Amino acid sequence: MQPLEGYRVLDFGSAWAGPMAAQLLADMGAEVIKVESRARMDGLRLGRPIVGDDVAGGDRGLWPDLQPAFHGFNRNKLSITVNLKHPEGVALIKRLVPMADVVTNNFAPGVMERLGLGYEELRAIRRDIIVVSMPAAGESGPLKDIIAYATIIHALSGLMSMVGYEGEPLVGQLQAAWSDALAAMHAAVATATALYHRRRTGEGQYIEVSQWEATTSMLGEAIMDYAMNGRVAGPMGNYHPMMAPHNNYPCRGDDRWVSIAVASEEEWQAFCRALGDPEWARDTKFADAFQRQRNRAELDARIAEWTCQHDAHEVTEFLQGAGVAAMTVMNIEDQFLDPHFRERGFHVEVEHPKVGLEWLYGQPWLLSDTPGSVRRHAPLLGEHNEYVFRQLLEIPAEEYERLVKEQALY
Amino acid sequence: MTAMAERDLLAGITVLEYATMVAGPYCGKLLAELGARVIKVEGPGGGDPARRRGPFPEDLPDDELSGLFLYLNTSKQGVTLNLETATGRDLFRRLAASADVLVEDATPGVMAAIGLDHDALCSLNPRLVYTSVTPFGQTGPYSQYRAYPMNLFHAGGEGYTLPGSLSNELFPGREPVQGGTYLAEYDGGLHAAIATVAALIARNLTGSGQHVDVSKQEAAMMLNLLNIQLFANTGELVTRRRSYHFGGIFPCKDGYVILYPREDRHWQGLTAAMGRPELGTEERFRTWEDRYRHRDEVNAVLREWVAAHTKEEVFQTAAPSGCPAAYFATTEDVFHSPQFAARDFFEEIEHPSAGRLAYPSRPYGFSEAPRSQQGPAPLLGQHNREVYCGLLGLAPGELAELHRAGVV
Repeated sequence: MQPLEGYRVLDFGSAWAGPMAAQLLADMGAEVIKVESRARMDGLRLGRPIVGDDVAGGDRGLWPDLQPAFHGFNRNKLSITVNLKHPEGVALIKRLVPMADVVTNNFAPGVMERLGLGYEELRAIRRDIIVVSMPAAGESGPLKDIIAYATIIHALSGLMSMVGYEGEPLVGQLQAAWSDALAAMHAAVATATALYHRRRTGEGQYIEVSQWEATTSMLGEAIMDYAMNGRVAGPMGNYHPMMAPHNNYPCRGDDRWVSIAVASEEEWQAFCRALGDPEWARDTKFADAFQRQRNRAELDARIAEWTCQHDAHEVTEFLQGAGVAAMTVMNIEDQFLDPHFRERGFHVEVEHPKVGLEWLYGQPWLLSDTPGSVRRHAPLLGEHNEYVFRQLLEIPAEEYERLVKEQALY
Repeated sequence: MTAMAERDLLAGITVLEYATMVAGPYCGKLLAELGARVIKVEGPGGGDPARRRGPFPEDLPDDELSGLFLYLNTSKQGVTLNLETATGRDLFRRLAASADVLVEDATPGVMAAIGLDHDALCSLNPRLVYTSVTPFGQTGPYSQYRAYPMNLFHAGGEGYTLPGSLSNELFPGREPVQGGTYLAEYDGGLHAAIATVAALIARNLTGSGQHVDVSKQEAAMMLNLLNIQLFANTGELVTRRRSYHFGGIFPCKDGYVILYPREDRHWQGLTAAMGRPELGTEERFRTWEDRYRHRDEVNAVLREWVAAHTKEEVFQTAAPSGCPAAYFATTEDVFHSPQFAARDFFEEIEHPSAGRLAYPSRPYGFSEAPRSQQGPAPLLGQHNREVYCGLLGLAPGELAELHRAGVV
């Protein structure tokens, strides 16, 4: 059994935020039908294919079923290809709405309305429908129509003003699209809660998530500092006002690092013992937390002299064994090979009809009785047209053929 | 229209929170914002260490004035309880018996050692959803590892790629850095909330609660899922040695901006807005491939223009042109953002010690459950009487006794 078993979701998402929100619902057991079309493909169906090197062809949409990023965000989903520009396309969607519990999208504000699929229209068809939208800047306000890739939101949210080296210019930049992911997670919490509420009250819901606000929400204490003291946060690097050592230290190999954080006197003593009580550690410059903080540049240099002789994983295991918080600065490959994640099953193997066995990321939570799961591969483009239109909607064969021929299903 | 009390989506749900710092309390905050009654249980020694992390007004430490604590514990009730005492553990069991959810963040094994693990509490209350939020999860070789937020962030995968871009060009060879604030922790709290609500829904089907095991580190890994997919299928590894094909970060008069004219229409719009429309159609800049081939010239044009303007000028000129554009907003800029003002994103909350301050509110809205006024974070032990006498039915005299004995 799965938590959202029996619920059906129509996913109009593309790229990251929308598809990830629907993926979280699919992982929890909902039947998610991804609504797409050759006329307007999810951007993640474009690009370099997993097999072969036809980038130009990939960009033209020749390899929609061979995109690794798409396979992650869209696992556990079904795919239908409805051409929303065709006069019958929107009508087909409206016939599906009575069978759907949730409709998700990450379009710019107003797009669903212009398609004739706004909340009021959908609600007129199904009174308790839950509609979720997650536009970049929200659906109101002077900047609601801003063109916003994740980087743009990261910069505007204030988050990037804190990425970089302590005291250096603000030129750091996040790599992953946190704003998309954060919006997707908030959307998943809100949608699951709305379903819980609907079961109790029979009431549907329109949910609007702002990607920008979702990102700024993570700045809690920095915003509070401004509200309280008018102080503007800058890049902190790995600096911590109460801990030293608290940094990444170079290890053996190219671009290998270990993070070490010492919070208490007890941990400092354990750290010194682990290093074999070196002479330098007895210097008054490192006598207590106050001194260590003041002389942290020198402290960091001393520690680096030791770490750089060792492998990052070995330092981690060694210091953890001594009761000191240390962790390899892990890249994706480290994680992939790591025995911890192997044991917890974070990476999952799935059979994809065109790729064969492939790895997908799993879930960061385990539910003891109703575990979510990766049940099936990301759908081929239009893989479930027959199931949805012939079986669910019971469209007769001739009409189905006509819809395909006229490219309403395309 | 539903009655007011019904409009909170999680009305009627009681959450017991025995968690400190960021991830567990953020999960509790999210559930409180959705209408659950969240009772935060704080231990001896001054309660949640977040109370001592600050920022504090004028940098004067005060357990009731930590910005981190105030933000992460809005709309909760607070009680104190010493689980090192047998009576304290008994009271905790009684609280858990009447709760729907427990959010805890103890190192795996610690709750079992004091008889408050999932099995023990679920035998008392089979409907309890028991959510554990820990650095590396309940199982696996790292489950006992110590990890502060920085260690966790750097185990997540994103750290290895930061700061990247211009920073990496300026400071090659330097160490990877954190992403600012407590990103991985917030992320862990969000996933815990998702899984907890999923377990509440499952409870409607199965009639019983379950154990929810959230790994903060895996939650952080989820943010790099694109890179995971890329690596797993192509062996390609993303590092700090990454940069824009063209465009990117440029210094302006009073900060930094990002301009990314990826598509042809972006470039044409931007150059027109810069007052140099001829560049938009010039042969050497026409397509993405052209701009990539002449990226040094593209960047020189942008750098020169940006350097002569302020961040607001660049943004107000470039953004309406349709080109992806932003400036590195500071917390000050964010606090005064007209976009947020128009959407009432900041909400003023009155706190008995901290007074009236503006807090970020939840980043989503429900048509049938408008954002209700958030309550302030609890003072240490503020709701002892209400919870112990009201919910558990202790006599006021008993509470005083427990207080004297150091249980409460």
